[in-house]
Amino acid sequence: MSLFLKLLFRNRLAGFGAVVLGVIVLLALLTPILPLHPPNETNTANRYLRPLSDGHLLGTDHLGRDLLSRLLWGTRLSLAVGFAAALIAGLAGAAIGVIAGYFGGRTDNVTMRGIDMLMAFPYILLALAIVAVLGPGLLNALIAVAVVNIPFFARNIRGVTVGIAHREFIDAARLAGMGHTRILLTEVVPNIVPVVVIAMSTTIGWMILETAGLSFLGLGSQPPQADLGSMLGEARSALITAPHTSIVPGVMILLIVMSVNLLGDGIRDALDPRLRSGALARPMAATRVERREVPAAQGEGFLRIDALETQFQVGRRIYKAVNKVSLDLQPGECLGLIGESGSGKSVTALSVMGLVASPPGVITGGAVRLEGKDLIGAPYELLRSLRGRKVAYIFQDPLSTLHPLYRIGDQLIEAIRVHEPVSHGEAHKRAVKLLEDVRIPNAAARVRAYPHELSGGMRQRVGIAMALANDPDIIIADEPTTALDVTVQAQILALLDELRQRRGLAILFITHDFGVVGQLCDRVAVMYGGRIVETGPTQDVLEGPAHPYTKRLIACVPELGGGRRILAAIPGLPPAVDQLPEGCAFAPRCDKAQDACRRGEIELKGETRKVRCLYPEVAP
Amino acid sequence: MGGYILKRLLSAIPVLLGITVIVFLIMAMIPGDPATAILGSYATPENVARLNRFLGLDEPLWRQYFIWLGNMLQGDFGRSFALNRPVLDEILDRFSATLILAGTAFVLCALLGVIAGTISAARQYGFADKAITFVVILGISVPSFFLGMMMILIFAVQLRWFPVSGMYSIWGGGDLPDLIRHLTMPAIALSVVATGVVARLSRGAMLEVLRQDFIRTARAKGVHERRVIWGHALRAAMVSIIPVLGIQAGFVLSGAVYIEMVFQWPGVGRMLVDAILKRDILLVQGGVVFIAACYVGFNIVVDVAQAWLDPRIKT
Repeated sequence: MSLFLKLLFRNRLAGFGAVVLGVIVLLALLTPILPLHPPNETNTANRYLRPLSDGHLLGTDHLGRDLLSRLLWGTRLSLAVGFAAALIAGLAGAAIGVIAGYFGGRTDNVTMRGIDMLMAFPYILLALAIVAVLGPGLLNALIAVAVVNIPFFARNIRGVTVGIAHREFIDAARLAGMGHTRILLTEVVPNIVPVVVIAMSTTIGWMILETAGLSFLGLGSQPPQADLGSMLGEARSALITAPHTSIVPGVMILLIVMSVNLLGDGIRDALDPRLRSGALARPMAATRVERREVPAAQGEGFLRIDALETQFQVGRRIYKAVNKVSLDLQPGECLGLIGESGSGKSVTALSVMGLVASPPGVITGGAVRLEGKDLIGAPYELLRSLRGRKVAYIFQDPLSTLHPLYRIGDQLIEAIRVHEPVSHGEAHKRAVKLLEDVRIPNAAARVRAYPHELSGGMRQRVGIAMALANDPDIIIADEPTTALDVTVQAQILALLDELRQRRGLAILFITHDFGVVGQLCDRVAVMYGGRIVETGPTQDVLEGPAHPYTKRLIACVPELGGGRRILAAIPGLPPAVDQLPEGCAFAPRCDKAQDACRRGEIELKGETRKVRCLYPEVAP
Repeated sequence: MGGYILKRLLSAIPVLLGITVIVFLIMAMIPGDPATAILGSYATPENVARLNRFLGLDEPLWRQYFIWLGNMLQGDFGRSFALNRPVLDEILDRFSATLILAGTAFVLCALLGVIAGTISAARQYGFADKAITFVVILGISVPSFFLGMMMILIFAVQLRWFPVSGMYSIWGGGDLPDLIRHLTMPAIALSVVATGVVARLSRGAMLEVLRQDFIRTARAKGVHERRVIWGHALRAAMVSIIPVLGIQAGFVLSGAVYIEMVFQWPGVGRMLVDAILKRDILLVQGGVVFIAACYVGFNIVVDVAQAWLDPRIKT
């Protein structure tokens, strides 16, 4: 609760709304004891007095009645009516929703069809129809506004109830022999109360507005009684000669509704866990860079990553996803980057072209050099011109990574035309050719397909074709086969290998599967807890892994036919990168770990083969 | 596509029937009988009985409904006793004015709302986002009738940019520029709340979409950020924005009541309010059914637009 209040007031606008609304409600409550003129006391000698006149702070209206007094009494009435309408709509709607959602089946069907019917009306129209029947009057306006809002509550609450009605504790209550009424009252209702409260707090502003509207039309409160809406309605005829009689009640409605809305939004946001974690932030066009110094290039390489550091900054927590990673990639070479989920391999790959989602991602150090030119912190336009043209990506799940609403042909054509000023027809021809290159049968027809019309393997071929569209020098493949089944996986790997040979592509291949690395990669780098722990030629590493982690990782790969190795999962979990232990990050899971492993910085040592381990399995 | 449209049209029939049932039942709940209302409280019982028979009110309720429905299907919505002319004629005369007003307001709210929401999302937490959010909150909190009155005060009375009220000038008006001059203020006043709602939901939908993987793919291809936002992301976000537009269309159509009162616009809304105050039941009944039916029709258009935009729906 205190967290809730803290979150609510951290949102300054919500705090402002709470204060304004608090003052207004307090004034409304105190109205009967304030020294005011009676609201209906007419004095035709003092008609249309301006604000700040003697004895009338806000002036008087067309009958010489004190506006301040009428305003406060009207506010009292409007607040009461709006609140009552919200309460009635909330309770009735919740009752309908709970019953429909809990009993389901036919009850649900019939009720919800009825609700849908009501929702087919534009909703002020329905309120008008109801007032037409009941006759003008404040109580009738209240009923009308409450009734038209019932469907909204019924729908919301039904949805929530359906979710609850199938949970274990309801089944348990049923098995314990509790009756429906008791289950509803003791198990279901307590769980939906917060939802009803939120829905009410977000709609009460509307209800005040709507009843004011009906009163404005002359269908709500009848003279001499006046709520804010009818004050405005009465003042309309004198709009030009005495505008203050309109402005006073109008501004009050605006203030009430705005403060209610601000507060309602604040409550909703404070209760939304996604906002708390910052998960609703949108990633920017390029990853944010906060780099203090540029490390010197540590060697040659077509693509060189030097001491790259990428972090996720969520609130006060810092997740060091990539921690001083250095890699290099030569033309035509295939480098495998391997590790468990969360080891930082994908973040490393995405950092190259500034594609790490930011916020929360920040590149805090290191350099990424393409043909010697540093790309970290490069202007957006340079980065954009390199993306897809020099360095292309293939992502993991082709269903979510292809745009669901564009034809695959159009997505390919776009990829070509962003970098080359060719005609649409020419680009189309090349798109078909690309699809043929990745062995999509009947490519000329398939360009017109949408992603959801293709199989997973076909979609990934499209993903590859898109990466090849501009004949890039480097392809970064981020687990391109993980989402596919095994036979398709083999085909895709064969295709990538063939394309590499034919086009002289350099590939950075990210995977968690040593079997895949063995098939495709010249060299391999193993990542753990955001750092490289071992690197070397694939064959050497496979035959004699030096780091205990590498050894365990290789043991995870099932072997066809032979079966000489023991297939073993690695005990324990990968480390949380916001609280890495000192020393070797793998030490807690390593059965060879000594005290020395848990102290200080351990170097990545070696020449062609490097390992970050004090007690390597084999000498590097 | 043709099949989908047909299917959607057929599914509207039960909804339309449901609407007539609801309206009929609401109207049947009116206390007292219409004959007395028409003839006044000094009418003799014989005259009341005769008028009841003439109006078909001595029939059982369900037969009354089918007679009413049958008549409506033939274009006979009954006769307004206050105006002494066929209800449908009156509605059709008034409806074009409402359609011009609500249509303009709808286009405004759709365009401005989506654009503002998109900018807001693309610049999340930036200055533009904060400014738009503030204006939006103000917009959804202001009563449209109050806004309309203030606009009259400022732009018509003080600055004299626009006429105070009405749809055409009495002298020498009647052409399109004259209509536009009269239309500007009411259309804006009517669209403000809906624009706010659309902007808000567009911002939310865009933020949701911008985190999707296919946006990263577009960026990885080297697509320019402008196109990522206004092409890839907005296209996908429209899938959830369009239903909101459908709801707002209903809101604008019925919210026109207030604006028509404030600006003396000769539309259906003002007709309805007058009819309610005069207890001209047939006119209310006919007007409500007519507007609700239009709204159902518009929702079909929305669904078809949705299906056209999202190829995954059609199957």
